[in-house]
Amino acid sequence: MSGELPFEQPLVELRRKIAELRAFSEEKALDLSQEIARLEEKLRELEQEIYGNLTPWQKVQIARHPGRPTTLDFIERLLDDFVELHGDRVFGDDPAIVGGIGKFRGIPVTVVGHQKGKDTKENIARNFGMPHPEGYRKALRLMQQADKFGRPILCFINTPGAYPGMAAEERGQSEAIARNLREMAALRVPIICVVTGEGGSGGALALGVGNRLYMLENSFYSVISPEGAAALLWKDASQAQRAAETMKITAQDLLEMGVIDGIIPEPMGGAHRDVDWTAQRLGEVIAKALDELMRLSPEELIEDRYEKYRRLGVFTSLVGMADR
Amino acid sequence: MFKDWFGKRKRYATLPGVQPVRREDAADAAAREERREIPEGLLIKCDRCGTITYVKELDKNLKVCRGCDYHFALSAPERIRITLDEGSFVEYDADLVSEDPLGFPGYPDKLAKSQAQSGLREAVVTGEGTIDGFAVVIGVMDSRFIMGSMGSVVGEKITRAIERATEKRLPLLLFSASGGARMQEGVLSLMQMAKTSAALARFHREGLLFISVLTNPTTGGVSASFASLGDINIAEPGALIGFAGRRIIEQTIRQKLPDDFQTAEFLLKHGQLDLVVHRKEMRATLAKLLDLHQVRRVGS
Repeated sequence: MSGELPFEQPLVELRRKIAELRAFSEEKALDLSQEIARLEEKLRELEQEIYGNLTPWQKVQIARHPGRPTTLDFIERLLDDFVELHGDRVFGDDPAIVGGIGKFRGIPVTVVGHQKGKDTKENIARNFGMPHPEGYRKALRLMQQADKFGRPILCFINTPGAYPGMAAEERGQSEAIARNLREMAALRVPIICVVTGEGGSGGALALGVGNRLYMLENSFYSVISPEGAAALLWKDASQAQRAAETMKITAQDLLEMGVIDGIIPEPMGGAHRDVDWTAQRLGEVIAKALDELMRLSPEELIEDRYEKYRRLGVFTSLVGMADR
Repeated sequence: MFKDWFGKRKRYATLPGVQPVRREDAADAAAREERREIPEGLLIKCDRCGTITYVKELDKNLKVCRGCDYHFALSAPERIRITLDEGSFVEYDADLVSEDPLGFPGYPDKLAKSQAQSGLREAVVTGEGTIDGFAVVIGVMDSRFIMGSMGSVVGEKITRAIERATEKRLPLLLFSASGGARMQEGVLSLMQMAKTSAALARFHREGLLFISVLTNPTTGGVSASFASLGDINIAEPGALIGFAGRRIIEQTIRQKLPDDFQTAEFLLKHGQLDLVVHRKEMRATLAKLLDLHQVRRVGS
């Protein structure tokens, strides 16, 4: 398989060795099956060792893998009759965010999500999944449309962040994100958010105010990119690895802090190794959450969402009561 | 000569015993001789135009430079003093202090240092008071405290202030001055954006008035949450307001940005603000807006 990450090199070497041995045994008609079996066993052990103990930085690399399934990959596998809808009705159609309507297990839902590309050309067209204000405004328009028709909303989050550009600032990047936060809090339909890859700060959060928030096993969610944190902390972006560890950005960290509701498993080595399998797990989690949330009234949904964010924060009161 | 004397830092209050540490050269030594005749902290140089004024004069002018109209930063207590009716302020939640949820290197020290330097426990002061008799709930950020960044305590205090304003049906006034979400509390800081904005959703639904005043600087996670959500968004002249930092944008787009980029005036021109209001006019403008929204005056 192509696209191996640096920390996967030992596995690549071992796989090549096995392949070579196999070719050699066939060519020379020698029985090396014992030797091959031994190496394959070793490969399995090594995989366990590497993938079972991924560091935060390795997870960041997996989350950013070019083959990482995108919002459209998940839509294709989870929704029937999907119709993509375009534009914010004000300025334009941001290709860094996709959205539309489809049927999830028979239920009409609205989906919005960041959209990255798979190669350089596609990524340039998608602006690497970094939205402009019109992207957030398109997402809000579609979510308010869902509210009107009583459709649940699915949000797939995978962005390095909101685009830091001149036009984005001129058109009100801050306002677009802020408005989404406020308006998502007020929607009367179930909202299920999933961080599928990179959860890049405010640009991710702008699609992230939901009744449920889940993360794929190797995704991350952070107030600042590891590179950005490293530049600020140690004046050195190459310290990103250290920053990734300091910042507590993995799905496991966020679950521990009570920020997310659950972790969606990925196949060994990451979601890109088996997109269908990942989409199935994702679908199961969404189905369960939808089933629970669709029993709630609009008012209960708003209340439920309010409480979810209201309790987040860690601090102390000097009048003696510790609070959280 | 004067330039050497006052250093590069803006200083407008006498801080006994606090001296900028730097190497001394001959000019400095001469200046030191001279300085003896002038009491410490009596004069201040404008960062923008270099005009030198008496600190007292500058204070009298609401910390606005007479030379170029540069609006110096105000501390939260100073802002409250010049905005609210005298003696009307009652503080909320002064007891809340930050923890170190991530075990972040250097964070407890940073908090302690900010507390010592500012005399505040956190980067926002909230409470209620009156402006020309109109009762308001007010929150004022203080950029001296870890760049006015928003962590759990700032988010919590602002959320509680919004909730109280909702309960009491009072207008809400928030003065922002912040570099954004506080990195040292990680994703919990990010979540304060959602928390404060969700509280504003409720406030908004109740038909109540929120005036957001963006002061220098209001960027990142604060500009991308409550600060941009006013029914009326006002900025002070020259205030830096934006989502991404100038340097990041320049690196990303590989071109130089115009000088006025992300200033209050730039935002006004691009339709992102309702008003740019001079500090001297701020209190009267706020009172007028409160009156226009038929806010009840206390005692009437």
